[in-house]
Amino acid sequence: MGSQGGFGQSKEFLDLVKSIGEARSKAEEDRIVLNEIETLKRRISEPDIPKRKMKEYIIRLVYVEMLGHDASFGYIHAVKMTHDDNLVLKRTGYLAVTLFLNEDHDLIILIVNTIQKDLKSDNYLIVCAALNAVCKLINEETIPAVLPQVVELLGHSKEAVRRKAIMALHRFYQKSPSSVQHLVSNFRKRLCDNDPGVMGATLCPLFDLITVDVNSYKDLVISFVSILKQVAERRLPKSYDYHQMPAPFIQIRLLKILALLGSGDKQASENMYTVVGDIFRKCDSSSNIGNAVLYECICCVSSIYANPKLIESAADVIARFLKSDSHNLKYMGIDALGRLIKTSPEIAEQHQLAVIDCLEDPDDTLKRKTFELLYKMTKSSNVEVIVDRMIDYMISINDNHYKTEIASRCVELAEQFAPSNHWFIQTMNKVFEHAGDLVNIKVAHNLMRLIAEGFGEDDDNADSQLRSSAVESYLRIIGEPKLPSVFLQVICWVLGEYGTADGKVSASYITGKLCDVAEAYSNDETIKAYAITALMKIYAFEIAAGRKVDMLPECQSLIEELSASHSTDLQQRAYELEAVTGLDAYAVEIIMPADASCEDIEIDKNLSFLNGYVEQALEKGAQPYIPENERSGMLSVSNFRSQDQHEASIHGLRFEAYELPKPSVPSRPPVSLASATELAPVPEPSYPRVTQNVASVPSVSSADPSDLRLRLDGVQKKWGRPTYTPSETSTSTSTSEKTVNGVTKVDAARDTIYSKVRDTAYDSRKPDAEIPLEKQKLAASLFGGSSKTERRASTTSHRAGKASSHVIEKPQASKASDKTVAEKTIVQPPPDLLDLGEPAVLSRSPSIDPFKQLEGLLDSPQVPSNSNHGAAGANKDSDIMGLHAETAGSGPSSGIVNPVPTNKNDLDLLSGLSNSTTNNALGGTPTAHSTQVSKGPNTKDSLEKDSLVRQMGVTPTSPNPNLFKDLLG
Amino acid sequence: MIHFVLLISRQGKVRLTKWYSPYTQKERSKVIRELSGVILTRGPKLCNFVEWRGYKVVYKRYASLYFCMCIDQEDNELEILEIIHHYVEILDRYFGSVCELDLIFNFHKAYYILDEILIAGELQESSKKTVARLIAAQDSLVETAKEQASSISNIIAQATK
Repeated sequence: MGSQGGFGQSKEFLDLVKSIGEARSKAEEDRIVLNEIETLKRRISEPDIPKRKMKEYIIRLVYVEMLGHDASFGYIHAVKMTHDDNLVLKRTGYLAVTLFLNEDHDLIILIVNTIQKDLKSDNYLIVCAALNAVCKLINEETIPAVLPQVVELLGHSKEAVRRKAIMALHRFYQKSPSSVQHLVSNFRKRLCDNDPGVMGATLCPLFDLITVDVNSYKDLVISFVSILKQVAERRLPKSYDYHQMPAPFIQIRLLKILALLGSGDKQASENMYTVVGDIFRKCDSSSNIGNAVLYECICCVSSIYANPKLIESAADVIARFLKSDSHNLKYMGIDALGRLIKTSPEIAEQHQLAVIDCLEDPDDTLKRKTFELLYKMTKSSNVEVIVDRMIDYMISINDNHYKTEIASRCVELAEQFAPSNHWFIQTMNKVFEHAGDLVNIKVAHNLMRLIAEGFGEDDDNADSQLRSSAVESYLRIIGEPKLPSVFLQVICWVLGEYGTADGKVSASYITGKLCDVAEAYSNDETIKAYAITALMKIYAFEIAAGRKVDMLPECQSLIEELSASHSTDLQQRAYELEAVTGLDAYAVEIIMPADASCEDIEIDKNLSFLNGYVEQALEKGAQPYIPENERSGMLSVSNFRSQDQHEASIHGLRFEAYELPKPSVPSRPPVSLASATELAPVPEPSYPRVTQNVASVPSVSSADPSDLRLRLDGVQKKWGRPTYTPSETSTSTSTSEKTVNGVTKVDAARDTIYSKVRDTAYDSRKPDAEIPLEKQKLAASLFGGSSKTERRASTTSHRAGKASSHVIEKPQASKASDKTVAEKTIVQPPPDLLDLGEPAVLSRSPSIDPFKQLEGLLDSPQVPSNSNHGAAGANKDSDIMGLHAETAGSGPSSGIVNPVPTNKNDLDLLSGLSNSTTNNALGGTPTAHSTQVSKGPNTKDSLEKDSLVRQMGVTPTSPNPNLFKDLLG
Repeated sequence: MIHFVLLISRQGKVRLTKWYSPYTQKERSKVIRELSGVILTRGPKLCNFVEWRGYKVVYKRYASLYFCMCIDQEDNELEILEIIHHYVEILDRYFGSVCELDLIFNFHKAYYILDEILIAGELQESSKKTVARLIAAQDSLVETAKEQASSISNIIAQATK
């Protein structure tokens, strides 16, 4: 062992690790690794390498691969090592292949045989190693090769083997559900396994199976509930306790399963109420794992058939999470709130300030979670504020993935809840402008369709208003540089279709703009196509209206350029435009009817208009057409090939290059139309007739379930608003403004028209949207019902007394929501009343800011109330759970970090000295020894490690002084 | 399901990677680069979670080492934090006050231990005792194998004298 260091590897390897550790840049590290790869390549191919040496090489390969370099030259050696009889080598081989190979790697076929053999081994450790490999390496095709043996292992005497076998089957299920479908009875049997580990593992495949088919497992509800009950009552062996919680990981899995089984099933849910309630009560909310279980309980409660008591417990927990200082718990609280508001939307209200705090938190994760919550609670009353916030955030981030998501959410909310056409267009413009390249093209198509179809059922006036406001804003935007392509397509289409419709803008102005666009984005063919088609529409409408068409010179040159374009599509469009401008008004009106993009066109599927032509041809001696399905006897080439193709598809291999045209050719619409819809690269077709086709054939859009379609039913209801006329708006606004101070009185009598007033509230609030909203304001606008601000302004003197009374009422409340609750208790009347009062105040834009005043008032009373809940320490706990080395230093924290100090001395958590220990250990000064004494039995360990490493010459240098720091310290 | 486990030092050095979902070597490097950029720059008081490409990454810092796990949207983040902690506790028990250096030089052992805790992206055993017993069994087997090997080589050495 002369060459070996204390860690069981050769000096050479230790040196490698050391030099990598000391590398100061990625480039240096890469250079070292590349050197190592060269060395290994040379060494590993030498003949007669001793096996131990080979094992080390393999581990070095793993290391190289872990650092992100390609070690594929050595894969085959790792595979060979799995064949070895020696378990140590075999285990190394398996470890390496599971790390190296993905399930689709070619070498897997060489391992399957070994795995088969090893699964039958007498030594359970070999079986375990093989099962580990099975989980990673076996793919859909090789499942049948090992399945029988894995199933057999479910009855193995060692629980570790049973457990891994279950997990392997779970993996098989994920890869190919049909492969394990017949094994359900085995899973049910394993659920009653004596070993809790095996039982816990069985929950994984069962969860998957139940997700797919809930109804077949309803009979297990009772079993799951009783298992959960036993777990919660600590019937499992002590070794499954985790931080004093009884088997929390198993509890969580069970709760997940119960959530599935109880969803929408009253009877099943009733069985669960008691046990879930018990867990709510028993859970230790001061530990992280306790909170994990509590969170899972909330998920379960919000999924199963609603039970008021459980919902109340869940709401309490959420309140605790949101008031916590820990960001983690806030995050979970927001998430849980999002789940619970589905069943009881009123809960959100009491947490409004906490939610807004999270929204304004510098932590992006928390912010995004909060946006998700807002998205879930958007209604027509708060859509403006929420979408505005979302867009602001969208503009501020760079993460394209999230940008796409939030953009599509904005679009969805805007389509669903938009309060006015104008707002809708403005919002869509902003989304397109800032995330245009990221949004789905369907969103753009939806927008075009929406503008074309209009919102109101009968209200043509509103539709044309919408269109002219769209045209107006687009004409303004079109000049801006670097607009996203998708957005320009929308702009061009709308300008073409409706640019001249209201007669406000002259055709030459619009055509000029369109030509500019086509020129500015000259390398984007789609835009050019949209632009030229828009030009054609405008000229057509002009001609049809009997006006004289003066084609602009730039337009002329554009047409000339496009007629010579390499793109046939552009060419065709250009020639069509030329042809259309040469026709008379009557013909043009038939070709290009104004605003007809939504009308249906009838397709003559029988192609009857070709009959004359066909007959002529037949008379001239042409062969009659025989449909393909009647051609079976003939050895026509196409038939032969289609048979071929059919066979090929059975075998999963195809040898030919082209798809044959489907036999449905005869039922196609006329060729010209078909080609326009299906072949043109531009989704927007060249004639309005075709547009109708696209829009009116339902299968086009409904084929894709994930498609961002408009929910038109909802839209119409929301936007129809026939009772909401402008005159009413003005009157109700004025009333609300007049009654600022006596709102409540007036309101009491107003319930009936409340909803209308509510609508007005936005309008009056709109001007404020630009200035940064204060929290209360925001809360009011988000949660619709809240802000008693106005009221409080006038009754500030009552505040203190009220606040204390609230404390009595709700002893659990703590500082985070003090403001809210205080507001709450002062004003008891239903929230809708206040909804009116609040915006009224906002719209006043008072010279003295009432919020500022309030804030001052709120601050001082907050302190005593804080001390009232003296147990505020609880808030800190969760933060400490973060276990950052820095925070672990303080006394109380380590107490929490290690709730069971008695039986975990070996973990050495109680030592609050780890920081100094580490630093000293590094310096190697005598103080190190004195401080380390307090670490108990581990002092020796650390010192040994230290000296050992020093012997080997691995002295950590400045780049990483923390190498010696105990991870748990 | 856990899609992968990463151990990254504060300097951005990779200490351990385990992939439960298929990623090519190129994707792996990209993931590590992207995530270490995101995670290492986060402040100490923020959430231990990061939303990333439609997944969530739960991370926790121990001394200078970040333990990261990538999970699905619907998974329970707090639970994953505890799974990380569970792993660290077991490492601690095994190495005796585990420090980063232990993992640097014994990364293969860290892999073996991880293989007893997670399998196919799920927690397979939540009892520390059971895991410890299995690892001990494997280690003792390694010992006996070594002994055997040396005794055989002794015999051979003697026989060939």
